[in-house]
Amino acid sequence: MYEGAVQDLIDELGRLPGVGPKSAQRIAFHLLAADPVDVRRLVTALTEVKERVRFCSVCGNVTEEEQCKICRDPRRDVAVICVVEEPKDVVAIEKTREFHGRYHVLGGAISPIEGIGPDDLRIRELMSRLADDTITELILATDPNLEGEATATYLARLVKPMNIRVTRLASGLPVGGDLEYADEVTLGRAFEGRRLLDV
Amino acid sequence: MRRRLRRRFEPYILPRQNRAICEDPARLGKDGAAATGLMSLRGENGRVPLYRDEAVVLRTQKLGEADRIVTLLTRRHGRVRAVAKGVRRTASRFGARVEPFSHVDLLMYEGRELDVVTQAETIEPYGERIASDYGRYTAGTAVLETAERLTAEEREPSLRLFLLVVGALRALAEETHTPSLVLDAFILRAMSISGYEPALDSCSRCGAVGPHRFFAVAAGGMVCAEHRPGGAVTVSPAATALLVALLDGDWTVADAGEPRTQREVSGLVAAYLQWQLERGLRSLRLVERG
Repeated sequence: MYEGAVQDLIDELGRLPGVGPKSAQRIAFHLLAADPVDVRRLVTALTEVKERVRFCSVCGNVTEEEQCKICRDPRRDVAVICVVEEPKDVVAIEKTREFHGRYHVLGGAISPIEGIGPDDLRIRELMSRLADDTITELILATDPNLEGEATATYLARLVKPMNIRVTRLASGLPVGGDLEYADEVTLGRAFEGRRLLDV
Repeated sequence: MRRRLRRRFEPYILPRQNRAICEDPARLGKDGAAATGLMSLRGENGRVPLYRDEAVVLRTQKLGEADRIVTLLTRRHGRVRAVAKGVRRTASRFGARVEPFSHVDLLMYEGRELDVVTQAETIEPYGERIASDYGRYTAGTAVLETAERLTAEEREPSLRLFLLVVGALRALAEETHTPSLVLDAFILRAMSISGYEPALDSCSRCGAVGPHRFFAVAAGGMVCAEHRPGGAVTVSPAATALLVALLDGDWTVADAGEPRTQREVSGLVAAYLQWQLERGLRSLRLVERG
């Protein structure tokens, strides 16, 4: 064990996800040897992320303002909302450049075994957004795993009486993969959702 | 040092021809678990690192970047925790097969703390059907959590519980009965095979033949008026009949129960289970009652 500050730093780094005791030690000694300017920049970045970043009052995405960049953008389609589990999913969908509406971040998925029910997610906020007549389509883009599917069916049932088109992202074969290695569930879904090839 | 390492890893280094047997699913017999191939390994290496078993996935937890820890209830090895590597990647070869509720055929090898899943074949993908309805999903999750809690020790075989879990999941997926009734029947029978069968026909204190009107979780079931402890609740005759029907698997009686009676029974079953487990079940609070 090291003395004082070095050990404190190793302990703190060791709490980060995916950082074990050996990695923590390596990072700590890298910082010790690094240029003070670089270290100061890291310190500023760390404090700022905690001080400045908060959650968008409309969609729940991470932002530094009252509302996030997407919710403030007047060019985005206000009639379509895409529901995702985490802010990371917003970034993933934005990269596709396929979607031009707005988002709603739930903050997770319904998972009774972890004790997470509908009241623990931002579902009430979503319902108040949908009460507005401008919304015509709700895209459910929760993860294609069990919790995500269950969350999607729960939301679909909740929204059903509201006269809004509810859609779910398609499931199918990954681009660049082999058909023979696809599992039965995915391949079955791909068959179910096959489309007309119009040449 | 080198020698110690060698001894540790030796069981995993299989001779080439045996490795081919283990990796080729076609050569693994349905029940024989590659009997011939593994038998010859036993002679050569002293122990069998690979094993094959049927299992229901009870729970999954994220591990690191793309792996998952899956908690399994296996047919022959009881509750087992294993690592499924890379299953969170979208291009994973068996990601969808090791989701909760899946009934799968697995090839695994024993690790030091956790086993590792090397192959998975779907026997029945109950998850798809169960997750498409919120009531079924919440009841099903409670089935899985109950099964996990009732298997106190890892690797202690419990074939009857395994069969009961598979039966409950099938009943949920096929929509044969109300989801919350399936859950209550499962809890009663799972507790009964785990040694916590509630006394329903006779008083749990004195054994006087019923029917009795009071239920006391602490006393272990129904009690007569004379031996009624402080916390006992009054139970309607219809609820007593429903409890008996659920425990015996008499579905014609159980399905005919009034919603009010079903709610009464669910309350009793939940209280009894949580008292015996000495801890609350997280998923029970979220079960959607009809």
